[in-house]
Amino acid sequence: MKKVIALLMENQPGALSRVVGLFSQRGYNIETLVVAPTTDPTLSRLTMSTEGDENVVEQIIKQLDKLIDVVMVTNLSDSEFVERELMLIKFKKDSFPENTFEESNIVSEAEEVINVQVVGTSTELDALITKTKGNHPIEIVRSGSLGISSDNNTLTIEN
Amino acid sequence: MDKSNKSGAEALIHSLHLEGVELMFGYPGGAALHIYDAIFNQNYVDHILVRHEQGAVHAADGYARATGKPGVALVTSGPGATNAITGLATAYMDSTPIVVISGQVKSGLIGTDSFQETDMIGVSRPIVKHSFLVQSAEDIPEIVKKAFHIATTGRPGPVVIDIPKDFTDPEYKFEFNYPSDVNMRSYNPPKEGDMSRIKEAVDLIENSKRPVIYSGGGVIQNDASEELTALAKLLNFPVTNTLMGLGAFPGSDPQFMGMLGMHGTYQANMAMHNADLIIAVGARFDDRITNDPKQFALGAKKIHIDVDAASVSKIIHADIPIVGSAKECLTALIEEINSRDLNVNDPDILKWNNQISDWRNKHGLNHSLLEQGPQNGKILPQQVVQSLYKETEGEAFITSDVGQHQMFAAQYYHFDKPRQWINSGGLGTMGFGLPSAMGVQLAYPESTVACVTGEGSIQMCIQELSTCLQYGLPIKIINLNNAALGMVRQWQDMQYGGRHSSSTYENSLPDFIALAESYGHVGIKVAKFEDLESAMKECISLKDRLVFLDVDVDPNEHVYPMLEAGNAMDHMWLGKEEKTWK
Repeated sequence: MKKVIALLMENQPGALSRVVGLFSQRGYNIETLVVAPTTDPTLSRLTMSTEGDENVVEQIIKQLDKLIDVVMVTNLSDSEFVERELMLIKFKKDSFPENTFEESNIVSEAEEVINVQVVGTSTELDALITKTKGNHPIEIVRSGSLGISSDNNTLTIEN
Repeated sequence: MDKSNKSGAEALIHSLHLEGVELMFGYPGGAALHIYDAIFNQNYVDHILVRHEQGAVHAADGYARATGKPGVALVTSGPGATNAITGLATAYMDSTPIVVISGQVKSGLIGTDSFQETDMIGVSRPIVKHSFLVQSAEDIPEIVKKAFHIATTGRPGPVVIDIPKDFTDPEYKFEFNYPSDVNMRSYNPPKEGDMSRIKEAVDLIENSKRPVIYSGGGVIQNDASEELTALAKLLNFPVTNTLMGLGAFPGSDPQFMGMLGMHGTYQANMAMHNADLIIAVGARFDDRITNDPKQFALGAKKIHIDVDAASVSKIIHADIPIVGSAKECLTALIEEINSRDLNVNDPDILKWNNQISDWRNKHGLNHSLLEQGPQNGKILPQQVVQSLYKETEGEAFITSDVGQHQMFAAQYYHFDKPRQWINSGGLGTMGFGLPSAMGVQLAYPESTVACVTGEGSIQMCIQELSTCLQYGLPIKIINLNNAALGMVRQWQDMQYGGRHSSSTYENSLPDFIALAESYGHVGIKVAKFEDLESAMKECISLKDRLVFLDVDVDPNEHVYPMLEAGNAMDHMWLGKEEKTWK
């Protein structure tokens, strides 16, 4: 079962390398990793997904929390949450699966190729890749998962 | 004074002074020269010039372990920084509070592969609690404040401050303000444990029939030995200490079972294996304790008290996890116990303590080897440690290196006080003993400081003999010379059919007496058992000289007990032919 962990960290040089370094140092297997600044410019939000079991995820969270630059960390998978990922796919025009995509999915069109954009859960995106395999997409780009809890809980701090 | 204009280098030294730093260990070089000039121009902070940066960090570490105050080392960029790495990793594994300041190339040169440039922040990242790359001279006071706060609070650890040379430039001065406190939203180490957990822990304690108190380095780091001892006395429970925890509970107390684990005593390991309750305090169930975690103390509930949440349930599931400082949690535990009407003379506990005594009588360590004279005409390494114990009346600071001599010192010197035993338990760093002894001796000039070492380890930081002469450090080096890398050879004897691959020196060892004398010290050779005690007496009595006591010990001696790899704690080798299982 895929777990999604989100954290806020100080937006400082070296902070990201501490987080990323921790994974290789402790042998954690991370599937996706997304980092971006928040509306508070002193903080970055980092979201990662992993297939680790409960104990491994608990250790990952504790070790992340121990990093001095990490302000808050949460396991979104502990309760109801929304997970979304963005995917861009490039097809040759002559093998473009028209019936699979809406007009609104198309983000660019050139002489020989079409780029489409899809948003969904990572499982949905996996399914779409399988479905369009026969159309021989020439490039697939995935953003990695983002997550937000479904209830009142937020990963924010008061300044 | 504090508000006068200062350069970055002056601000650094003044900040150290305001943190209470009285001495630091270091080695100069290009990127650190502005800092060295600032050191020259003040009288607050003494600087001890070592002979290798590894020695500087170990010395700062030894100072920190013996005093509980943070140790400080100063190195230059590039090779100075990389030479400090082993010292940092050693401090990190044993959670000692040190601050290492490294010079860095000028900020504009960073990333250009300039002369003596190393990415110190990157290289040290996995082995520091935290690190700072200084971005402007004005940031130095606040960074020093934070560095000492981080190094010394929660689970302590090493902190690096990397300072580009231009930020210590004497030409650039700014108004010096030292912050009075630290406010970090991302760092709030726990103190009090959860009271409901503490009540649950006491419920288990009340109903336990075969309890063990298992404590580690965290109790010493947190100055909680008094509380640990009070708890053990209150409950009449048996106590075992890890290699890092020796001295937290008096080593000569009858309730003490000795060290546990890989080379722990028979009774300590048997007690752990057969316990129904393990109270772990400031210990982390590492692989040298548990052996196979899947077979570890299967009948025991575990109460785990640790200031580091990540240590709890990392290897062994904690039935009652208590995250907080050892001192606060033990105090709360004692108060809760006192509020209940506990029968400490419970027949089950008395029966359990008798069982432990039986184990001790059956296969415990022999602490009277010295009285038994030479064994097959040779001196046993254990006898040397017993002689040292006798001559120092158990009151010396003992530092050690890594290998058989370290285990013999841990097993046979009874440490009655915390901070008396200084060794590299986690990283297992050969070369730690002598430089760490320098830190201890400088902190306690009047005390006897002995470094129990071997001819392998001592050669890894032998250059510090020169430092000891410069500063008049009367360390006693007790060299258990078996002319081999003893622990390596023991493993080769036990697991590699006696093939001694690269564990002997083919008559290439130096004359340690001549070597000590050439550094201006006293060397004493002991080759016969008859000379051991008189030589030890002479060694310890030379109060103002460093003495290198080189003792030829039985090269065939092994360290026992020894856990059988990959099995439970009751599977022990007790001798070359004797083991606890069939």
